[in-house]
Amino acid sequence: MTHILESAKHPEKLRRVVIEPVTRVEGHGKVTLLLDADNRIHQARFHIVEFRGFEKFVQGRPYWEVPVMVQRLCGICPVSHHLAGGKAVDMLAGATKLTPTAEKMRRLLHFGQVLQSHALHFFHLCSPDLLFGFGAEVARRNIVAVAESFPDVAKKGVWLRKYGQEVIRVLAGKRIHGSLVVPGGVNKHLSPEERDYLLQDVSQAIDWSREAVDLVKRFYAERKDFHNGFGSFRSSYLSLVRGDGALDLYHGGLRARDAHGETVFDHVDYGAYWDYIHEVTKTWSYMKFPFIRTLGAEDGWYRVGPLARINNCDFIDTPLADAERKALLEFDHGGARQANLAYHWARMVEVLHCAEGIRDLLGDSDLIKNDLVVRGERQYRGVGVIEAPRGTLIHHYRINENDQVVRANLIVSTTHNNEAMNEAVRQVALQYLDGKEVTEPLLNHIEVAIRAYDPCLSCATHALGRMPLEVELLDAAGERVDCLARDGHGALRRIA
Amino acid sequence: MSGAGAFTLDGMAIAYRDGETIMEAATEAGVYIPHLCHQPGFKPHGSCKLCTVSINGRNGAACTVRAQDGMTVLNNTPELNDSRRALTEMLFVEGNHICPACEKSGECQLQAVGYFVGMMTPRFDHFFPARDLDASHPEVLLDRNRCILCELCVRASRDMDGKDVFAIGGRGIRARLIVNSPTGLLADTNLSAKDKAVAVCPVGAILVKRRAYETPIGRRLYDRQPISEVALEEAKTLKGKGHG
Repeated sequence: MTHILESAKHPEKLRRVVIEPVTRVEGHGKVTLLLDADNRIHQARFHIVEFRGFEKFVQGRPYWEVPVMVQRLCGICPVSHHLAGGKAVDMLAGATKLTPTAEKMRRLLHFGQVLQSHALHFFHLCSPDLLFGFGAEVARRNIVAVAESFPDVAKKGVWLRKYGQEVIRVLAGKRIHGSLVVPGGVNKHLSPEERDYLLQDVSQAIDWSREAVDLVKRFYAERKDFHNGFGSFRSSYLSLVRGDGALDLYHGGLRARDAHGETVFDHVDYGAYWDYIHEVTKTWSYMKFPFIRTLGAEDGWYRVGPLARINNCDFIDTPLADAERKALLEFDHGGARQANLAYHWARMVEVLHCAEGIRDLLGDSDLIKNDLVVRGERQYRGVGVIEAPRGTLIHHYRINENDQVVRANLIVSTTHNNEAMNEAVRQVALQYLDGKEVTEPLLNHIEVAIRAYDPCLSCATHALGRMPLEVELLDAAGERVDCLARDGHGALRRIA
Repeated sequence: MSGAGAFTLDGMAIAYRDGETIMEAATEAGVYIPHLCHQPGFKPHGSCKLCTVSINGRNGAACTVRAQDGMTVLNNTPELNDSRRALTEMLFVEGNHICPACEKSGECQLQAVGYFVGMMTPRFDHFFPARDLDASHPEVLLDRNRCILCELCVRASRDMDGKDVFAIGGRGIRARLIVNSPTGLLADTNLSAKDKAVAVCPVGAILVKRRAYETPIGRRLYDRQPISEVALEEAKTLKGKGHG
């Protein structure tokens, strides 16, 4: 894949501006811009500079450890990894269909997770940009300033996240890094007391989620042309959808639509995702670049996450959220459908869906039944896919005859959005920085574009042994003495 | 047993019967002395040294020293507790104890003792030793990363199961749990998942396969009670059954 501004022809002659770290995102990343003497931008890249490597160190471990081990990838969406890893080990344990209690407990946990993660992202991390403006004083671009200036917004945002966290705590035992999933099911059902406890506040969660949708909708409509066009571009979208086309965060088939809304593939069994999605590596990032195989590496990149899901699904099975989905899609004759900043709007529509979904599930008597686990004949390959808050999350494991993991592949939501975030950085750089004197408020515009995707950078970097690397040996004068390069397939070569 | 007597433990009079160790008498009197290699029903071993107490001014293992009339025993002192904390920290850094992902978490005696002695984080550098995981047995997993060399499995297999499946091989820092089979693999032993040697492991080194995380957080053994209470209750239960 090559894009305008991705690689400058003569980087050594250009001035380098670095945003490091990119703030108010999960994990560590940086943006580099290369500019000439006239402040014209020649290169803009979003790099992921941290490295986790879970694909490597899960190897050798017994497969039943996977759901608990991999959730340590992240402190914000551990439940997503717990569930995706859990679905993969269901396959390994030969569990082809879970009990209603197990599936509904997992779905309830996932609703709590998506709700709290979206609330955290919107209110704690992004609302300062939206409420104070992208160029506002740095000292004010944080949740504390939001609490001072917009106490009602801050209070409701914090409360919504807390409610989602409470759902998680009740089901998994802890707000962060608990455990519910075991191979083939869950380790507990809900007690009537726990159900009633969560029901107490669910109406408020729905009401305040509606207010959150209204807030972002108002904000978006006030400057619709600016928001529609901010670093925007057209792309394909990928997500799971239910068999009937409904939005489904927990299970379904893969659907991809191209930049014009045409279906690329639909209701694909994710157990063979590699027939549809490939990845390439680049020398300047630890994060891989996935693409739709039939569209090719050049044009096949796509976006995932809330806006992809809202675009891809045919409907949402909770009425309030479905009405808001339609409003988003119809806004300005479809002007928001491909807009970076419409991710915030879509995210709040999903918060509303989660709140409604929690209410509906809490009324289901299956949750308090005691049929928790099914097992079958052991399999050697397991794939689990869910729609995590940030998008499609793929966990793929192979085990040996002793139950040990021998291979793992994680394609994390943020990884799917890698090229899209880079494209957003390039577009914003061209729109707002090209030819101008670089200032901190202008640089924040780039961060705003990245934040729209709610990237979780720590989740997304695991390709130990396959990442391209270049090692330079410099002498005391800074002259290169030697250089060794390893390509994406692990082959080494010496560069003169 | 015939005869009885009394000694003082941190100034409190403790009655004992002839032949009882300080540990047994203290446990019966409701005083918990931290330990890992000791288990009621097993012969004294004295290897982990966590139960070290001061006996008439000299240190000794409470699980091996027999109680005697008039002994002055100190247990709960800052010096002894600090030593116990240090010993626990050493056990953590000598192995690879990754509690967050370990299926024994919440039911692990090493972790529970760590909490009891107030261990916040190891003060020593981690060794990160390269240790094997033996998953060859169809029903039992042996993860040497978590083994603390307490020899409870060795003793249980030899004295209770009558199988001699386990032994300690090597010396010093190279000591490791070995398996009595031509291949060195657990699959080639006559170990059964129902053996006492499996159930007795105080950490996550020997585990029955495919039972992980079945107990929800909040209901695990040491979620409900600290090890100081669990140990006393277990000893009482065993005594009621005529063991220990």
